[in-house]
Amino acid sequence: MTEVHLRVFRGEPGEPSRFDEFDVPVEEGMVVLDALHWIQGHEAPDLAVRWNCKAAKCGSCSAEVDGRPSLTCKTRLSDFDLDEPITVEPMRAFPLIKDLVTDVSWNYEVNKTIPPFTPPDDVPQEDWRWLQQDIERVQEYRKCIECFLCQDVCHVLRNHETDRAFMGPRFLVRAAGLEMHPIDQADRRGYLKDSGGIGYCNITKCCTEVCPEHIKITDNAIIPLKERVADAYYDPIQWVWRKVRGSDEGTRAGLELPVLSADPRSADAPDEESA
Amino acid sequence: MTDPTRPQTRPHDVLVIGAGGAGLRAAIEARAAGASVGLVCKSLLGKAHTVMAEGGVAAALAHVAPSDDWRTHFRDTMVGGKFLNNPRMAELHAVEAPKRVRELEEWGAVFDRTADGRILQRPFGGHSHPRLAHVGDRTGLEMIRTLQDRAVSMGIDVYMECTITRLITSRDGVTGAFGYWRTTGRPIVFPAKAVILATGGIGKAYEVTSNSWEYSGDGQALAYAAGAELIDMEFVQFHPTGMVWPPGVRGLLVTEAVRGEGGILRNATGARFMWMYLPEERRGEYAATDEEAARWVTALSQGKETDARRPPELSTRDNVSRAIYTEVKEGRGSPHGGVFLDISYLPADHIRRKLPSMYEQFKELADVDITKGPMEVGPTTHYVMGGIRVDADSQATTVAGLYAAGEVAGGMHGANRLGGNSLSDLLVFGARAGAAAAASATDRASEPYVDPVQVQSAARELAAPLERSHGEDPYAIQRDLQSTMQRLVGIFREEGDLDQAIREIAELRRRWADARVIGGRAFNPGWNLVFELGNLLTISEAVARSARQRTESRGAHSRIDHPATDDGTWGGRNSVVARGPDGAMRVYTTPLPAMRSELEELVAADHAAAAAVGSKA
Repeated sequence: MTEVHLRVFRGEPGEPSRFDEFDVPVEEGMVVLDALHWIQGHEAPDLAVRWNCKAAKCGSCSAEVDGRPSLTCKTRLSDFDLDEPITVEPMRAFPLIKDLVTDVSWNYEVNKTIPPFTPPDDVPQEDWRWLQQDIERVQEYRKCIECFLCQDVCHVLRNHETDRAFMGPRFLVRAAGLEMHPIDQADRRGYLKDSGGIGYCNITKCCTEVCPEHIKITDNAIIPLKERVADAYYDPIQWVWRKVRGSDEGTRAGLELPVLSADPRSADAPDEESA
Repeated sequence: MTDPTRPQTRPHDVLVIGAGGAGLRAAIEARAAGASVGLVCKSLLGKAHTVMAEGGVAAALAHVAPSDDWRTHFRDTMVGGKFLNNPRMAELHAVEAPKRVRELEEWGAVFDRTADGRILQRPFGGHSHPRLAHVGDRTGLEMIRTLQDRAVSMGIDVYMECTITRLITSRDGVTGAFGYWRTTGRPIVFPAKAVILATGGIGKAYEVTSNSWEYSGDGQALAYAAGAELIDMEFVQFHPTGMVWPPGVRGLLVTEAVRGEGGILRNATGARFMWMYLPEERRGEYAATDEEAARWVTALSQGKETDARRPPELSTRDNVSRAIYTEVKEGRGSPHGGVFLDISYLPADHIRRKLPSMYEQFKELADVDITKGPMEVGPTTHYVMGGIRVDADSQATTVAGLYAAGEVAGGMHGANRLGGNSLSDLLVFGARAGAAAAASATDRASEPYVDPVQVQSAARELAAPLERSHGEDPYAIQRDLQSTMQRLVGIFREEGDLDQAIREIAELRRRWADARVIGGRAFNPGWNLVFELGNLLTISEAVARSARQRTESRGAHSRIDHPATDDGTWGGRNSVVARGPDGAMRVYTTPLPAMRSELEELVAADHAAAAAVGSKA
């Protein structure tokens, strides 16, 4: 029977990490997550792996397979040369919890700060009328399964390039879905510029490349948002208009976002517990 | 460094266990009523199984079929449930679902549109009219993300990757819950004036299932241990269309929307076999010929009205599952032990627009292009109609202070659930449970008493598998349980098999009591499994015993030794499971709550027709 040789990252903060090696029997159509489950069920029941749907719909099983940020549930073994070992590591951008599981709670903290959907008070839902072609762009953003692979691959977050907060591609996608919603009334431009740090994105498009939902993150979400922010703050006519009208910074501008903590694999990473 | 064995304490007015659609909707309603709310989930927020719901949420909005209304939705639900549904729940569900769906758009959801710009609805099995509001085939993701964002913006405290292992009780009922952080293993105690269970189903009791690891019957087992009654546990829904190949994705859901959009089921000889399996008393609702079915599909794809009746593939799930099982068993199956489901006769771009995630799923996981050829599908364990017995209006269980909503609760769907009715169920009854729990928390003025003896014994039980020097690996016990349920308590059942299953479950429980795991407390899946396996054993016994008791066939419960529906003995009777004073499982029956005369009139003709067929069979 064909076998695949897996090198799996093992360890917890505060202890030396290692790669454990496993030979796993290969069935037709098998994915990396199947191999990890086989290891749990037969050789290492304490191997920490996060997963749920096993159908690329929940975004839980993100990891780095041979260095590439991937959903392990849709990474087919048949796409690899099985004469070579396959290396599976946790996402690098986030602090390690154990083995392949990282602490992604920072993402949930950032999400809380985004000004929520704000419909008009005076138009009841029964009267909303949208054409299908007008909502397809918004529906593209809403396909996001929050696997955080785009956050993991984003060099601003992965390399901790700034001391200031950057919300990352995932939450720029969410913000785009709200900003371009046909009936939303909030103005998030000041928030995106000052709090979200949209200017840190230099459109290298790595996020778009890893998105399992094929959302065109850079072209369809980030660049249009950058244009909106530029129109509001860097267009001289808009700038004069704002001065005439008085302060118009939009919702939650100036709010301080948490910064993703650096050096996630270090032995002395803080052992904080959420509550 | 904090001691990983010393419990934290986090009090709330209302504690919601489970953060799928029902739990989130309950938490939102309780918070809106002014309660402090804690929301606990085993996974990260937004990953619960609601995310896997694909086809749509059923609500009689009447946007596509103007003649649809709550009465028709109520009747369809009762007919689909073989008149074993709690009629008051089916009524509340049909009446309130449209408001709950509109509310999602007020909170930011974006459903697909009709030509005149309103929420679009698609047809589904057993629904008389196109009724399912949807977003392509990722409706559940849209719902859970909308509810998640709403809950977060309201300031609800969310405890992610936290497992509840015991409800804490006093003479006044439930007063809190004990659990632990999966990430660290540290125990946590939640004193609460009211607790809502919204933990979903039991699919992990079976080998072939569309459910993830989370679906281990936690809520049913927690409630049972606290003294609550479970009803209708024999009714387990086997969804007709799960993937059958490759092995790693066996059981993975293939949405009913494929059939809703015109998908045709064929056996290995190419025969469209569903023509042969339509129940006689409902045959008039379905097309008479391939030509009429094709006209219906054409009209649907062009958004036009038609007098053609729906294709035979849109029969109820129990019926389609039995048909596929029978075709395979009699040797007319596909190469990998399923049947063929074909939508490729429709234009490729239409398929990709209507079923984008199915297109991706088959292309990426099975190397099949569904716009070019058929899928292979077969039945997969999907949903449990039975669950915790609740009051229809408040979702209160038979234990004070304890509520249940969504799949974990029983009664709404009777003997068989219609597709699309679970997403509407969790919205309607999630909201009702949240409101009722918040009101009861307000009434309970005194702080809940958390019995330290119960906390200590829960902490000891939690630690035991880590401390044993020898014992069995829980993964092996789980594989054996899944094999028992798949072989002996599947689509077709008989008394000898069910007796055998009950004996095997008892033996597995003895092995489980000595389960041992290696490793520490931090994110240890083997350790987590021990607790879930205990719940699976309890609910598997409940399913097997209820199935043994019901000596008839009805809806999803098919007895080879009792093939007829026996309305004289079993009509209007729910099975009940509860823990006896000696700790042993008791099984008995209870009469179905009475139906208001106005509702009775809506379903009288259907009920009589079903009873007449049942007595002849």
